[in-house]
Amino acid sequence: MSEFIEYSLLGILSGGVTALIALSFVLIYKGTGVVNFAVGEVMMLGAYFYYAATVMFGLPPVVALALGLIGIAVLAVAFERIVLRPLSGQPPVAVLMATIGMASIIHGGVEAVWGGDTYSPPPLLPRTPLIFNDILIPGAVLGNFAVAAVLIAGFFAFFRFTSVGIALRATASDPVTAATLGIDINSALRLTWVLSAVVGTVAGVLIASSAGLSPLLAAAAMSVFAAIILGGLDSIVGAIVASLLIGWVEALAAGYLGGKSRDIVPFVVVLVILIFRPYGIFGSRTIERL
Amino acid sequence: MSVAALAIENIEVIYNHSVQALRGLSIEVPAGQIVALLGSNGAGKTTTLKAASGILPFEIGRVAAGKVRFFGEDIANRPAFKLARAGMAHVREGRHVFADLTIEENLTAAANALAGRKRGRVDTDRVFEYFPQLRERRKQVAGYLSGGEQQMLAIGRAIIGEPRLILLDEPSLGLAPLVVQGIFSIICRINREQGVAILLVEQNARVALDVAQYAYILENGRIVVNGAPEKLRGDPDVQRFYLGSGDTGEGHASFRDVKHYKRRKRWLS
Ligand SMILES: Nc1ncnc2c1ncn2[C@@H]1O[C@H](COP(=O)(O)OP(=O)(O)O)[C@@H](O)[C@H]1O
Ligand SMILES: [Mg+2]
Repeated sequence: MSEFIEYSLLGILSGGVTALIALSFVLIYKGTGVVNFAVGEVMMLGAYFYYAATVMFGLPPVVALALGLIGIAVLAVAFERIVLRPLSGQPPVAVLMATIGMASIIHGGVEAVWGGDTYSPPPLLPRTPLIFNDILIPGAVLGNFAVAAVLIAGFFAFFRFTSVGIALRATASDPVTAATLGIDINSALRLTWVLSAVVGTVAGVLIASSAGLSPLLAAAAMSVFAAIILGGLDSIVGAIVASLLIGWVEALAAGYLGGKSRDIVPFVVVLVILIFRPYGIFGSRTIERL
Repeated sequence: MSVAALAIENIEVIYNHSVQALRGLSIEVPAGQIVALLGSNGAGKTTTLKAASGILPFEIGRVAAGKVRFFGEDIANRPAFKLARAGMAHVREGRHVFADLTIEENLTAAANALAGRKRGRVDTDRVFEYFPQLRERRKQVAGYLSGGEQQMLAIGRAIIGEPRLILLDEPSLGLAPLVVQGIFSIICRINREQGVAILLVEQNARVALDVAQYAYILENGRIVVNGAPEKLRGDPDVQRFYLGSGDTGEGHASFRDVKHYKRRKRWLS
């Protein structure tokens, strides 16, 4: 029984970082309608920025994180301005291809600069484990979850209570009407990309500083796709709940069925759930009224 | 005479580089007045408003010729959000409330029109004074409001921005006559108390002529008649095609055809 509890706790807690990655994805999808296939690569690039700042330039982790975030934010602004805005009005597939192109450019760039080795950037958070009877939760798992939880809560507050957050939601729901109300929708789109990139970078740094850094990090976004599909592409709450659920299922699969199964079992679970709920757990039930 | 709130001079609008929706249309909305723009479905009323508020580019449309002046200023190529901030509000056809935002959040979003003019808390009281029933439901998501309430919210969003001109597109669309009456009396109050000019687009000519000081009738992208409401009400062709008295010739003939026919008759006789 305590084994089950330990696996469950570990799984759900590690789902926190997955939820961050999912948030990074859903922000873009909800805000701009773009399916962003570069989420994993952005996250990885942010983590390499962090690694470079800490290990290569010897900066303290918090400063390095801040620099990484700024660097990624600048790139996100450039990407929105140079690549995406000229594509506005083009079919969604064109934009989707642009994000895939972006992903391979980042991947190639990272491998060219840092190679394929695995690095261990210094931890961002203290590593004191939590021990509770015979259950042990590693400090990194706990810390990652805490950071993810705080950041996600911050995002909810931002979208709910600030006028900028409300303007972003308005733009997401009806950009033309938003423009007629004085909202500069180009800067709303730009801000959306920046927020998504920033969230992705935090996720990347958390993963890299607890599990190591290599170009494989980008693949961590794969299990996020399961979460996003399960949560319902356009629901932030859904993506978060699904991320925790998938983290839990992964941990149980790894614990009871062996490490390899953790890559397959979540997708099987998602498939089964989707058979019964084709729009995901929280898939949008659109409210309409004429 | 003082400068007009809106002066549209001979504009042509083309969608998709091919469909011409307006063909040399001119109208004027004097500051502080209500002007009605009437016409049947597809005449080009909405397009006229889009040309004024700068949202044509979102639909691959453009003003190919002519001028649009807002309080004397040529506003060609000005982005919609800047026009909104300069005091031009556009209440779009179909209301377009943000369905998953609450009433309060809808109004907060609308306060972006005040950017650069006014800071501080969003003055929702300004709206709730005109539409008290929105106050009770202000924490509710707009998608669940009735059609009439959504129209109230759409108008409320416009006045949050303290505009000098409101472009109002078919506020009566799909609403029960009693609700329409209520909304129109509030539109009059807003016009009076805020001193804001209103360009009122309607298919419901009867209610529109009751509140307007001047009216235009649009057909096929051109103005075919204009004048004071009394004059238009007295015109037998307007009565026949837009006020629904006598046999409604909808679909068969139009105002232009009638005039044309009459002209020919005059010629022949
Ligand atoms: N986005 C668009 N793309 C192409 N044609 C359009 C578009 N919007 C309107 N039109 C055309 O322009 C004409 C005028 O439409 P509209 O201004 O919506 O008329 P109204 O508001 O008077 O019903 C119609 O023939 C319509 O088909
Ligand atoms: Mg219309």
